[in-house]
Amino acid sequence: MKAGSNLEKVLTSGHFAITGELGPPRGANADVVRKKAEFLRDKVDSINITDNQTSVVRMSSIAVSRIVIEMGLEPNAQMTCRDRNRIAIQSDLLGASALGIKNVLCLSGDHNKFGDHPQCKNVFDLDSMQLIMTLKHMRDEGKVLGGQELDGVPKFFIGAAANPFGDPFDFRVTRLAKKVEAGVDFVQTQCIYNMDKFRTFMKQAVDQGLTEKFHMLAGITPLKSLGMARYMAKFVPGLEVPDYYLKRLQGVEKKKQADEGIKIAVEQIQEMKETPGVAGVHLMAIEWEHRSPEIIEAAGLLPRPKLD
Amino acid sequence: MVIAERKPIEEILAMVADFKKVLLVGCKGCVTVCCAGGTKEVGILGSALRIARKKAGNPLALVEHTLERQCDPEYIEQLAPMLENGEFDAVLSMACSVGPQFIAKRYLKQVFPALNTTFIGGSLEHGVWAEFCQSCGNCIIHNFGGLCPISRCSKSLMNGPCGGSSGGKCEVSNEIDCVWQLIYDRMTALGQVDRMRKIFPIKDWSTSRDGGPRKITREDLKL
Repeated sequence: MKAGSNLEKVLTSGHFAITGELGPPRGANADVVRKKAEFLRDKVDSINITDNQTSVVRMSSIAVSRIVIEMGLEPNAQMTCRDRNRIAIQSDLLGASALGIKNVLCLSGDHNKFGDHPQCKNVFDLDSMQLIMTLKHMRDEGKVLGGQELDGVPKFFIGAAANPFGDPFDFRVTRLAKKVEAGVDFVQTQCIYNMDKFRTFMKQAVDQGLTEKFHMLAGITPLKSLGMARYMAKFVPGLEVPDYYLKRLQGVEKKKQADEGIKIAVEQIQEMKETPGVAGVHLMAIEWEHRSPEIIEAAGLLPRPKLD
Repeated sequence: MVIAERKPIEEILAMVADFKKVLLVGCKGCVTVCCAGGTKEVGILGSALRIARKKAGNPLALVEHTLERQCDPEYIEQLAPMLENGEFDAVLSMACSVGPQFIAKRYLKQVFPALNTTFIGGSLEHGVWAEFCQSCGNCIIHNFGGLCPISRCSKSLMNGPCGGSSGGKCEVSNEIDCVWQLIYDRMTALGQVDRMRKIFPIKDWSTSRDGGPRKITREDLKL
């Protein structure tokens, strides 16, 4: 065991994993966190806590992770390179470990232009690849990047993201291979809707022997409505929503679109279970945490394994 | 070269509002090439300021003068006859921000920048300029097919492209080419795409501004 997190135990014991996601509140109200996290109790193996996603100021991912730990749940703290240099990153990682955080997801971070403070200075001292290397260095060498030995080594199960639909498509598996080489233990993908293209991507990863070296969790985001599906298709760069899903949502009356979106998500999870190289799914029900349990239940992923 | 653009006329008028006698100084270096602060632009701005001030009932005595360069003290010295006799109460520089700083260092006058110094770049076509360098102080572009990801990737990624690269464009704006797509295309064309498998290590930024303001001393050139 590298970190001994629940997620690591579930994945290494060969169970099909499911992780959830919680977006911290735009305020200091910890009860919002507790309410959202409660929906995911006993439903997921670990909960991603986003780090100021879309560059909007929210409660700190590490603080929210700790709140989640105090509820007896397991967080996967997301960390971006946008807002911190290597000093702050390593400092926050040491603090995260001291607070009991065992899973960390390494991201470059959404560009600040999209957020509520587009006037800010961004950092990007490291990129996501180098952030993975930093965590591995701290964990496996017991040192900071500057060479100083650590008194107390942070043990992290190291995660990263991958977008199989970013361009150039032919380079996507190579970039995944680089993340594996950098030291990643698990990867969660961007939301997948184009299943054919995802299978092509996974086949390349499996053929190159990559999936034996890390655990792949496929990203699923239920479509809440036709409007959301159209928005995702049109305006989210590097995200593809095939016409057949748009048509399916169009084919039902507005009130029932949410249920249809959930049906689609459940079907996708079923397909993911059968896709070679996929070790689990990452359910990103954006501001829809309360609908996550029924999706997970319908996908036949309950009860979750209890491992010591 | 240094690419600059003129500040909005309203901003310049507000800066010099309390001054009656202004020396407007252009520069024949980079800002002439990028059409921001050469003799021609000095003439245009000078006329615009005079007309606006006259219209406002607050006439401005403005003299135009363009130096060979404003980033060398020897040329700044040429302003001495004009600036040491009380003829002007302010200087408006149309150089990159080096110019007004050099003028301010040499003369005890209020100095204003008429330009915004925007980036180190080049001309893509007539009237269009783009950023190509962030002066990180340790050039690494040969690792990326000769293209600079530090200045041309919105996140300065050294191991891109990120997931936001779409149809050759950056997620930040359709106006920005994804430099990692360009790097990939070029490395492919050069038959070197395999080199992109290698992880680019953590960069030493101490040669950049992060190491503090920089200075080059060439002993072989010192007098």
